[in-house]
Amino acid sequence: MLDEGGLLKKVNLHDYLRKIIQIDGVSGYEDNVAAFISETFSPYVDSTRTDNLGNLILYKRGSKKDAPSILFAAHMDEIGLIVTKIEDNGFLRFTSLGGFDVRTLPGQEVTVYGQKPVNGIIGFKPSYLDLDEEKGQSVEMKNLFIDTGFPREQVEKNIRIGSIAAIKRGFLPLLNNRCAGKAFDDRAGIAVLWQCARELVRIEHEAHLYFVATVQEEVGTRGAIVSTYGISPDLGIAVDVCHGDFPGAMEHEVSPLGEGAVVTVGPNIHPLMAKRLFETAEEYNLPCQRDVSPGPTGTDARAIQISLEGIPTALVSVPLRYMHTSVELIAPEDVKIAGRLLAYFAAGLNRSFLEELSCL
Amino acid sequence: MLITELSQIPGVSGDESRVRDFIKEKLSSWGIEHYTDSLGNLFALKEGKKNGSESGLMLSAHMDEVGLLVSSVEKSGHLRFYKVGGVDERALITKPVLVGPNDVMGVIGAKAIHLQKKEERKKPLKIENLCIDIGAKDKDDAERVVKVGDYVSFYSEAGLSGNIVKGKALDNRAGCAALLEILQRDYPCSFTAVFTVQEEVGLRGAIVAAYRIKPRIALVLETTGAIDIPEAKNQDHSTSLGAGPAFTVKDQSIIAHPRVLERLIEVAERQKRTYQFRRYGGSSTDAGAISLAGSGTAAGVISTPCRYIHAPVSMLLKEDWQNLVEITDAFIRSVYEKGLEI
Amino acid sequence: MIELIKKLCESFGPSGRENTVRSLIIEELKKNGVDFTIDTLGNLIVTKESKESQDAKKILIAAHMDEIGLMVTFIDEDGFLRFTNIGGLLKNTLPGRKVVFENGTVGIIGQEKIKNTKELVLDKLYIDIGAQSHEEAKSKVKIGDMAVFLAPFSREGNRVMAKSLDNRIGCAVVLEALKKLLSFSLPNTVYFVFTVQEEVGLRGARPVAYRLKPDFGLAIDVTRVGDTPEPEFNTNVALGKGPTVKIKDSSVICHPQVTNLMIKVAENKNIPYQPEVLERGGTDAGAIHLVREGIPSGALSIPCRYIHTPAEMVDLDDVKNSVSFLSELLKVSW
Repeated sequence: MLDEGGLLKKVNLHDYLRKIIQIDGVSGYEDNVAAFISETFSPYVDSTRTDNLGNLILYKRGSKKDAPSILFAAHMDEIGLIVTKIEDNGFLRFTSLGGFDVRTLPGQEVTVYGQKPVNGIIGFKPSYLDLDEEKGQSVEMKNLFIDTGFPREQVEKNIRIGSIAAIKRGFLPLLNNRCAGKAFDDRAGIAVLWQCARELVRIEHEAHLYFVATVQEEVGTRGAIVSTYGISPDLGIAVDVCHGDFPGAMEHEVSPLGEGAVVTVGPNIHPLMAKRLFETAEEYNLPCQRDVSPGPTGTDARAIQISLEGIPTALVSVPLRYMHTSVELIAPEDVKIAGRLLAYFAAGLNRSFLEELSCL
Repeated sequence: MLITELSQIPGVSGDESRVRDFIKEKLSSWGIEHYTDSLGNLFALKEGKKNGSESGLMLSAHMDEVGLLVSSVEKSGHLRFYKVGGVDERALITKPVLVGPNDVMGVIGAKAIHLQKKEERKKPLKIENLCIDIGAKDKDDAERVVKVGDYVSFYSEAGLSGNIVKGKALDNRAGCAALLEILQRDYPCSFTAVFTVQEEVGLRGAIVAAYRIKPRIALVLETTGAIDIPEAKNQDHSTSLGAGPAFTVKDQSIIAHPRVLERLIEVAERQKRTYQFRRYGGSSTDAGAISLAGSGTAAGVISTPCRYIHAPVSMLLKEDWQNLVEITDAFIRSVYEKGLEI
Repeated sequence: MIELIKKLCESFGPSGRENTVRSLIIEELKKNGVDFTIDTLGNLIVTKESKESQDAKKILIAAHMDEIGLMVTFIDEDGFLRFTNIGGLLKNTLPGRKVVFENGTVGIIGQEKIKNTKELVLDKLYIDIGAQSHEEAKSKVKIGDMAVFLAPFSREGNRVMAKSLDNRIGCAVVLEALKKLLSFSLPNTVYFVFTVQEEVGLRGARPVAYRLKPDFGLAIDVTRVGDTPEPEFNTNVALGKGPTVKIKDSSVICHPQVTNLMIKVAENKNIPYQPEVLERGGTDAGAIHLVREGIPSGALSIPCRYIHTPAEMVDLDDVKNSVSFLSELLKVSW
């Protein structure tokens, strides 16, 4: 028998976040993150498997045999860089895996995964050398390069075209327990699932649960497309991050930090799923915000909904500032609340709810 | 390693106290007499082994680094800021910083790419579009730990891996480290080593320091930009990593005194050490201020080449720095042995 | 093989209208006594079953037959044709080019007056088929007819120049490899598939992969190079340095199981190869790898200059090495 109470106490959510964002897992290269997730979920799930594209599928059996099954998907990949060219003097040219604002890259440190990992700095031209037509223009990715400090001969022994580079950034503790770093998009979502799994140790649930750490979301929700097909769940919830508030933001585009989980409504979302989530939040006194998305959301939910014969889908998010930068900033209490919300939602699932969903 | 230790310390121009304290502690432990002036310049009196052999030589290195200064605290708890010195603002975006004397952690946020219009992305971000986020809930919350006027420095881990040194503020902690390295050695003659303040905002510390010392000869230990990158043409490289320390012939503030420059070349050649000439004519160094102090000083500059100066992480090679130390060492001995007619 | 390449390149086959190319390939298959099937969308499938083992892995080799082209949208009163694009036409390569319709009608792409090249959009271009009236034009072409570049095949030394080397060269490589392997007993079941509609969004490869349920997918296509003056993209890939092992493009991050195997085979067999990261562009592997529960996929590309222009260029050594590479890959167990 596992000492579940002990495990719950041993690692807190803050530690979990600190650890998981510091593991590099660029889209298509998520193995190390998957290993961490597999290990940290193992006390709470019944079985674990990895599919053809690397999606990690963690299964927790429900108490009733013919109860519905639900997929919780959070993506474990992060945006990163990939080497396209080695210059004569050993500098590396690169392109991105996922969407960067190129203006955030100059002066950024990276870890280049050659046969051995090496540090690099994203170098750039001093502005006094800008040509007239470059003045007043932001830098382009093709004019940036990674500088490892090594000459070409040494670089080529270790690094090749196609080597991955991950953004290098530690965990930055801020006021009010808030924290910043890279890859909170969507490791915060993984942490929500972890929190949910931990909550469910003491909450009974009929439904069969699939926690899926998906791959390649940042390059087109590719992991969700195949994992949903493979699992063929009755319901799906994507767990991701949404834009947090910051100075100069349009109010309707952002959700404030520290005010709980965010539930999205819109065509990508089954209205009764969203409704049930809001009701669950109210019933258990969990702060919950509403976000609107007018089309397919930019999350795994867009893939899940149109898998197979169509899957009732919802999206639960954690507000995050400065998305797709190395200083993504979250309030961990929002993660905790989102985890609880999912746990209570899962606990309330039964056949009759499923039937409601299919009659619109 | 001295360079990386020094690199980690916040010390924006006008706020050099923690760098100064670190150096003072070293000087005290080595039994080197030192004092400070009202601006914060730190003077170390290196006693020669041969009594009374005053060389009239001043060596200097600036302690300060470029950074930011909090200009206001917004309602939301975000901090607006000014630049201190020539910070390359393109490298500020999404970098972590330390705010104020208690090193409050903050990040310089940027609007998520998803929320930007295509046109927006093509324009560089200006300093007035940026702010620091320390995680505060609102203005009052922020003002519990920071205030307007707090200095802000980059937060980045210094590191040494093989020959490669990286970190913030290598300009000019590499120079400070070299000067400390020199001060640990024995010399026949006495000289003054000055760790100056406020170089990055107009060589302001050096002006008064040189006036106080009135040296006959001065050698400034600096760190200079290496632009040996693929985006720059050969003629724009200024200096290259691995080609040895760079001697300045001319920059915006000084034409190096020919006798000093000749002697640097002579000792470097004699020791068979690699060196290069700085090939960019712009930007200023303390040598400019020192050369004009009192009735004039014969001044020169020797620099470690360094990529990405004035950005959160810069990079230099230990061998270049080591060569700078050895050439400086030989220069001091040569000035004693052969004198230096101006 | 040169004759085959020439024939394939000079034939008509914009996306959705691949029949001429398909017939050419079928002719070639028949000559060699090879059976084939054609699916609903027009993909041409050749199956070579493994006789070595019951649970042999199934590999889908995909080379697309289609090319970019133009489609008539309007015939004006004077007999000039307006058109839209089929696939990624590069508008600055269009004015002054000859195009040809499936029925052999030839036209020239003309350009309205513009102030500067920034104004060059498809709306400012038209096709002139020499018609002197609306009626004459209508008697030769109708709205919805497609055209492709009219460009002869040429060879200079080791390099060949032609339209639609993207991806007739891939088709040629697959055909040659298939012929080479006819007499071999293979450890894997191999589906050689000539796909349709790649240029408009990898549309042919998806249903064919769904139907065949392969264990692995491998696309054979062309890729960009960086060995020309001031190239648009940062890449080391060059003509004449061998076929590439794709690591990533816009459509797929190749599965390490596939790329590692490719590299191993190339190194064991001494076939020159180049690792490839294509910054912009996709290939059939992008569709295949997302089918069903995910199919580990990769791509072998032939380096090609001036892709999507009327005159593309490949190196014949690269072509030969691609044939050997593909054959050797299919001789090992996956």
